[in-house]
Amino acid sequence: MSARFKAGDRVRVRVGAPPGHFRTPTYIQGKVGAVERLHGDYRNPESLAYGGDGLPKRPLYLVRFPQSHLWRTYAGAAQDQLLMDIFEHWLEPA
Amino acid sequence: MREDHHDKPHAPDHPMTEFEWRVDAVQALLIEKGILTADEIRRAVEEMDARMPAQGARVVARAWVDPAFKARLLADAKATISELGITVGFDATIVAVENTEKVHHAVVCTLCSCYPRGLLGYPPDWYKSLNYRSRVVVEPRSVLREFGLELPPDVEVRVLDSTADMRYLVIPMRPAGTEGMSEEKLADLVTRDSMIGVAQAHTPALR
Repeated sequence: MSARFKAGDRVRVRVGAPPGHFRTPTYIQGKVGAVERLHGDYRNPESLAYGGDGLPKRPLYLVRFPQSHLWRTYAGAAQDQLLMDIFEHWLEPA
Repeated sequence: MREDHHDKPHAPDHPMTEFEWRVDAVQALLIEKGILTADEIRRAVEEMDARMPAQGARVVARAWVDPAFKARLLADAKATISELGITVGFDATIVAVENTEKVHHAVVCTLCSCYPRGLLGYPPDWYKSLNYRSRVVVEPRSVLREFGLELPPDVEVRVLDSTADMRYLVIPMRPAGTEGMSEEKLADLVTRDSMIGVAQAHTPALR
């Protein structure tokens, strides 16, 4: 699949709890970050978890979030970041 | 199958847990149905057990002494690691990240226990604990302090939550005072925890 986002793009993580297995933790849902890099196309774990083939492969990104945006009480430094691998179907432009 | 169990060489000495019964049953079915042989299962376990942090330490030591190798490692870790004759097992995609004076990476899997097992072997127990998994993403500096790692306030702490196919390998900073050390001696300074990012590599003085 051709990737919708490129490094530097601002993205928002979708909010949802599809039935079954998904690998987008709730603590990151709804948060805005920036694409750090595109990893490439990978099989969809939401299908693989139930014996499916995970196809079509989907773009997988490493997304960067400022820690201070994730936690209101973050006590570390302002520049600290959290990075997470997120599939494209969980991202929308922000 | 329960009655067969104690004939098997891998039977534990303690009473079987629910998970062990389940694994035992699945394994017996896979063999019975001809999907896997007992020897294939044994070989996979043997291969897994042979993977050790020392493999990762060799990779890091080479990256410290060879900037071109490090550049290739950061661009395509799996292919570059194979240059050392190390085959990263399983299907995982290894991604290497570099710690510097300005940036410090630490790795976690908040959802389960994703870890570069194909290179480093089994993760430590604390890596799988709810305590580490839930806290390192919220208060990384406090958790690292508990491991004995105090990071200066001007360092950017980057916590990597490995939620998908990527398995992150941290290249710790090369310690001061190691100029001229052999690659083999350098590898002795690279610990498992430094490749997860909860510690620095050893300095020669501490050993």
